[in-house]
Amino acid sequence: MASTSLHGASVGDRIYRFVTTAFALSIPLLLVLLAIEVAVAAWPALSSFGLSFLTSAEWNVVDGIYGAAPAIYGTIVSSALALIIATPLAIGVAIFLSEFAPPWLRQPVAFLVDLLAAIPSVVYGLWGVFVLVPLLRERVMPFIADRLHLGDTPFFSGPAYGPSMLAAGLILAIMVLPYISSVTREVLMAVPRSQREAALALGATRWEMIWGAVLPYASSGVLGGVILGLGRALGETMAVTMVIGNRHEISASLFSPGYTMASQIANEFSEATNDMHLSALMGVGAVLLFITLVVNMLARWLVWRVQRQGRA
Amino acid sequence: MRLRTLAAFIAPLAIATAADAQSVDLTGAGATFPYPIYSKWFSDYAAKAGVRINYQSIGSGGGIRQLSEQTVDFGASDAPMSDAELAKAKGGKVLHFPMVLGAVVVTYNLPGVPKALKLSGVVLGDIFLGKITKWNDPRIAALNAGVKLPAKDILVVHRSDGSGTTFIFTDYLTAASPAWAAGPGTGKEVRWPVGLGGKGNEGVAGQVRQIVGSIGYVELAYARQNKLAYAEVQNSTGAFVAPTIEAITEAAASAAKKLGKDTDYRVSIVNAAGKKAYPISSFTWLLVYQRMTDAAKAKKLAAFIKYALNEGQKSAATLDYAPLPGALTKQLEARAAALANAK
Repeated sequence: MASTSLHGASVGDRIYRFVTTAFALSIPLLLVLLAIEVAVAAWPALSSFGLSFLTSAEWNVVDGIYGAAPAIYGTIVSSALALIIATPLAIGVAIFLSEFAPPWLRQPVAFLVDLLAAIPSVVYGLWGVFVLVPLLRERVMPFIADRLHLGDTPFFSGPAYGPSMLAAGLILAIMVLPYISSVTREVLMAVPRSQREAALALGATRWEMIWGAVLPYASSGVLGGVILGLGRALGETMAVTMVIGNRHEISASLFSPGYTMASQIANEFSEATNDMHLSALMGVGAVLLFITLVVNMLARWLVWRVQRQGRA
Repeated sequence: MRLRTLAAFIAPLAIATAADAQSVDLTGAGATFPYPIYSKWFSDYAAKAGVRINYQSIGSGGGIRQLSEQTVDFGASDAPMSDAELAKAKGGKVLHFPMVLGAVVVTYNLPGVPKALKLSGVVLGDIFLGKITKWNDPRIAALNAGVKLPAKDILVVHRSDGSGTTFIFTDYLTAASPAWAAGPGTGKEVRWPVGLGGKGNEGVAGQVRQIVGSIGYVELAYARQNKLAYAEVQNSTGAFVAPTIEAITEAAASAAKKLGKDTDYRVSIVNAAGKKAYPISSFTWLLVYQRMTDAAKAKKLAAFIKYALNEGQKSAATLDYAPLPGALTKQLEARAAALANAK
């Protein structure tokens, strides 16, 4: 279609078209090259450890045994925890801003929530080390274990040191919240007025209108926002490594320290000199890249779906 | 207190961005541990001899990689290069020059224990293996007669990032504790049986400071500048020694006596024999090709090494590093002179 419309166009148009096409193609090419490069570097470790690279919890540089299971587990659990905490909050913020907030309040609050995304992650990490972790250790963890009597359940057992999966999940929740709430707000605003008016005309209350007519209409887009937040949580490095305790172990307890793939690479790469260690870290990078790519493709697909629905 | 810790977090970030825009005569990369004294040497030497040296403190591993690829003129490392690493160096034979001495101290958080705790290698090994779990364990008490130890749980804090500090500490545990040698062993990172990981000296010190009953290890300079409590450690003669500058130099002096004339200086000085020697001490090395491709650079580098071994040693103690023993600097000087004439 585009080529027929350009038929007989001037030389300038042709050059312009060629240059923009080249720009557009360079990005996917870069991604492919990056993936190939990581895969090639990771190959020695992945081929010699095979499936045990993904399932073994033993990461022993001295003996040259590499299993990334604790880091993979930690990345997934801390990100999932972040989403469980951040999603309801973020959707609540978005609903308030798009449906209830008076105009004079809407802009400042939206701006401040978005500003959370602009804070450097090392600053979150410092706040985590000096405020969040001591608070967890001295107040929150004893409260959960002793007052709520959850200390005997596997999820909240063990000593409360502070640095833990819970701390990582909480700090990630704060970091992904602006992404989810910002996308959700945009999606809710894009819901046609007719949808709301129809619900109100049927005698729905404001709550019923939001719950029954607006949210279902926007659900795919909200999910897309959640998955974008997940992508951010999976890759976060600095803040997480400062509060998670960096321990190579899979434990069901959220009070126990853990590890994530991104923080493991950041921690170990600069001092890794032997080839297999470097390759194993590249292997961790490859797994992380793969998970992140899948998550982002899922997000794209959902956004595309909601756009198509909106047009129909 | 809190502000100072905050400053300790932020300072390395500021340093990392300070790149030299001027033309430089020599470039190097490597260990972060000696960076404070190296940068003082480089700036003093630039003022004195007009030779500008750009050093990137990217970590020992990165320094070794860049030296192997010949993208820098010299490397620097807190752990000597392994035979496999030496074999991969593209520029031929690599020489190790010990430049200055550092130490790792055992820091802990035990309010109500006013005096420095006394610990032996075997007990430290068992603490870091998770075999000794309480502070009032009879084996700790036996070393600290008259000190009232609390019945608190011990929390081990170690480095999460690969580091020369971990190498020195685990090298000591391997030498002094048979149980540790049979278990995790020596490395820039090892498989810690128990405990939490903190990133950098500040990460470990931060946890130890916050959590009562915790024990960790940090560089001496960091511990002194941040006024952390640290233990006296039993050396191979049975004496308990505090990590003073003299005790660290003494460790190097007693270890250097055993070196042959043709040594490559890739030696560990942990658990050294001297009566006053602090056992968790180590060299930090400058890594240089024996035959540099650029003869002019070789001369400049040799002259700088000579400067660092003489005048440079005087500024060591002010920055909490220990100077090399005199006998050793003479041998090293001769080797540096040979570097300038290598064809």
